[in-house]
Amino acid sequence: MHDKSVAQLGEGLRDKQFSSLELSHCFLDRIARLDGAYNSFISVDEDAVLAAARAADERLAAGTATALTGIPIAHKDIFCTNGMRTSCGSRMLDNFVPPYDATLITKFNRDGAVILGKTNMDEFAMGSSNESSYYGPVRNPWDTTLVPGGSSGGSAAAVAAMLAPAATGTDTGGSIRQPAAFCGITGIKPTYGRVSRLGMIAFASSLDQAGPMARSAEDCALLLNSMAGHDPLDSTSSELATQDYCSQLGDSLQGLRIGLPREYFGEGLAAGTASCIEAALKELEALGATLVDVSLPHSHLSIPTYYVLAPAEASTNLSRFDGVRYGHRCDNPVDLHDLYTRTREEGFGAEVKRRILVGTYALSAGYYDAYYKKAQQVRRLIKQDFTSCFEQVDVIAGPTTPGPAFALGAKSDDPLAMYLEDVYTLAVNLAGLPGMSVPAGFVADKPVGLQLIGPHFAEARLLNVGHRFQQATDWHTRRPASATGEAV
Amino acid sequence: MQWETVIGLEVHLQLATRSKIFSGSATTFGAEPNTQASAVDLAMPGMLPVLNAEAVRYAVMFGLGIGAQIGRRSVFDRKNYFYPDLPKGYQISQFESPIVGRGSFEIQLEDGSTRSIGITRAHLEEDAGKSLHEDFHGQTGIDLNRAGTPLLEIVSEPDLRNAAEAVAYLKAMHSLVTYLGISDGNMAEGSMRCDINISLRPMGSDTLGTRTEIKNVNSFRFVEKAIRHEFERQADILEDGGRIIQETRLYDADLDETRPMRSKEVANDYRYFPEPDLLPVVIDEDYIESIRAGLPELPTGKRHRFVEQYDLSRYDANVLADSRTLADYFEAVVASCGDAKIAANWVQVELLGQLNKAALDIADSPVSAPALGGLIQRILDNSISGKIAKQVFEAMWQGEGSADEIIEARGLKQLSDSGELETMVDKVIAANAGQVEQYLAADGDRRKKLVGFFVGQVMKLSKGQANPQMVNELLAKKLV
Repeated sequence: MHDKSVAQLGEGLRDKQFSSLELSHCFLDRIARLDGAYNSFISVDEDAVLAAARAADERLAAGTATALTGIPIAHKDIFCTNGMRTSCGSRMLDNFVPPYDATLITKFNRDGAVILGKTNMDEFAMGSSNESSYYGPVRNPWDTTLVPGGSSGGSAAAVAAMLAPAATGTDTGGSIRQPAAFCGITGIKPTYGRVSRLGMIAFASSLDQAGPMARSAEDCALLLNSMAGHDPLDSTSSELATQDYCSQLGDSLQGLRIGLPREYFGEGLAAGTASCIEAALKELEALGATLVDVSLPHSHLSIPTYYVLAPAEASTNLSRFDGVRYGHRCDNPVDLHDLYTRTREEGFGAEVKRRILVGTYALSAGYYDAYYKKAQQVRRLIKQDFTSCFEQVDVIAGPTTPGPAFALGAKSDDPLAMYLEDVYTLAVNLAGLPGMSVPAGFVADKPVGLQLIGPHFAEARLLNVGHRFQQATDWHTRRPASATGEAV
Repeated sequence: MQWETVIGLEVHLQLATRSKIFSGSATTFGAEPNTQASAVDLAMPGMLPVLNAEAVRYAVMFGLGIGAQIGRRSVFDRKNYFYPDLPKGYQISQFESPIVGRGSFEIQLEDGSTRSIGITRAHLEEDAGKSLHEDFHGQTGIDLNRAGTPLLEIVSEPDLRNAAEAVAYLKAMHSLVTYLGISDGNMAEGSMRCDINISLRPMGSDTLGTRTEIKNVNSFRFVEKAIRHEFERQADILEDGGRIIQETRLYDADLDETRPMRSKEVANDYRYFPEPDLLPVVIDEDYIESIRAGLPELPTGKRHRFVEQYDLSRYDANVLADSRTLADYFEAVVASCGDAKIAANWVQVELLGQLNKAALDIADSPVSAPALGGLIQRILDNSISGKIAKQVFEAMWQGEGSADEIIEARGLKQLSDSGELETMVDKVIAANAGQVEQYLAADGDRRKKLVGFFVGQVMKLSKGQANPQMVNELLAKKLV
């Protein structure tokens, strides 16, 4: 049961092959037995899971089920869940129980999905290795000495290890795509504004976007159908009508023009990863696509641009964590200044503090023009690069990451090396485009991700390219040994 | 040395929207602490602002009211600072691209003259909550009811020259915004608060001196006192050869002094940057025109019209056009009685006099405009004299009924029957032979005085109801 796709589980539930209660027990059991090795969940509320499963079974019996009714889904602990602790991977919110649901959670609830638990993540989604979590690092199911990627590392590991059929993540600079690549699963970051940010704890407001993580493009499409749409409570959410993201699945790739940015295949790309990507591109060519050389000339500026803008926004987004109304508060503050400084010193980890400092600096009088304003100007250039590319091609393809998953601790003392992990993913967020990672092979038993980037709101197109690729390959069906030893 | 004061004002105007600027919470004044604070107002994690369209409409109305450029693409910014009553750790405001650009409006000075004062800009922002330092045993209470209340910050040019002008500016501002209906302008409840920028320079100089800013002054009287005090303080320093330090000061009404704010209360670097949770506000011509079409007549226009249409003095026009409700009342009285001059007189003297005495707003006047018009009609058709009318008005104020009912019930109708009056005149002449002799012996001015005596006697006899004009005519005929 645990190895089935969301599509298959949905059918099984509606055909009464098994109940949501059985399905939920299956995953709760796997989490209890296996997650000690991965640390992919921060919170699992068994009673709530079973209650939701029973409600879903009633709905299934009543014949009012949707594609997701009764399906257990794990949620990154960045999404507020009414009555259930939402920590954002931080000591600051270790005691925080929201009295409301994120819009995304409301939508999954509306469709009858079961909240399986809240997954581990880099603190406030700041990180590329899931080592900055207050709840300890997550381990990669393919090799538990490796990082799962970040910041949605818990969701990626849980899906890869079949502790959940699917999960949600958020992606500010690659936080869905990079862990999806490292853990050998499929994840899509939709166009900025496609999924509501309400109730999703903000890291960098102009870049944050939620998306699904699953074991196939088809499953991602099923989840996105539930998640996407305008939210009147999020002014930056798009009013453009959504579509059925499954509707284009299976369309022919004949005539599809795929752009290969030369900047994504140059220095810095590991040889093994490069050959996996080249093989994947050949596969797409065999499916009828045409490969076109393109250029994104400002690519090399995306890391500095991102690491000015994202920390700048984060530095003020995180100001609300002041110990006054909720969350961590230091013991016995002697005055207001002491309350602020000790609360924030104790509540935030090193990476979060680093980014608050960088962001505060970038916005300071005298530095604003040189950093924040300049970065906004470069952001426009990066966006224009993509706009001109999409005049020639339908989709852009390349590696998701420069190399496969690295060892725990390998980069944790070197923030700059860590930031380089995001070199191929950041620009997509800066331009607000949809981006996806699909499994495209292995280097020394470590998964490699193929990144697909589309024009704004071309999610259905990307999902179909991923789907056709997955119909022609079996990379996405490979399972890590650490999780299959227990297989029924 | 003779010093010239240079004053610019920043007015924080609370807009009278039903809900807050970025959340659906109510904005009613005086509710129990924290009962009007939603998850957005509390800055709970993941909460996002949604702009209240009504606040935008009000800001545009204000902009059109002062003939200003409307920002076609205005941008919200975050103003960052930590304070417990600022839940997000930043205030959403507008910095580089405000919704209202340069404009100007006219103020009335006490001598009846007018001046045009420049407005630099006006921008939308949210209010903070309140910190309550009393009643918490050394701790601070936070009330977030006010957090997120929409404010329009209106910045004037340094065009004002003394305390009286500053007060006149605020009164004109109050008049304008209440005309527009975008704010109740209630200074006591903080709907209109004011920061005063003030500097001195030698009379005749055209360079600006170093200014100080006096924060959060909340009554016309305190504005006047704070400016007077700050003028003296700065003049003393300058005359002693000292220098003014550019700083933010507080006006303490109890001690009647200004003093520097503690350095902790002054944030230096607000790190403004565009608010990424909100889209820029794009305003098109159609929207502006639809608002312009719905604007009411504004105070300046109304004053000019009153002078022209009703032939009122500038002074009367200023008083009557001061508030929209008063002006509407006045025009309703005119409509009912047909005589603007008498209506203006009655509204200003009797009505406003009674309202002031009773500390009532015109909206709560016990005498309605048509009722007052009805009373004036009785003066105009000689049913009662002006003097009797005042009695009738008193009775109307006490709720005894309409003018006609009171005149009827009290038998106050003016006596205009020439037969009856003649009898009375004859009686008075007969009873006062001595005065008649004096009258006949006198001439010119003295006669005029003496005739007053006879009129008075007739009025007395008629219990004030005799038509004075007819009595005069009869006396002139008989006293020969």
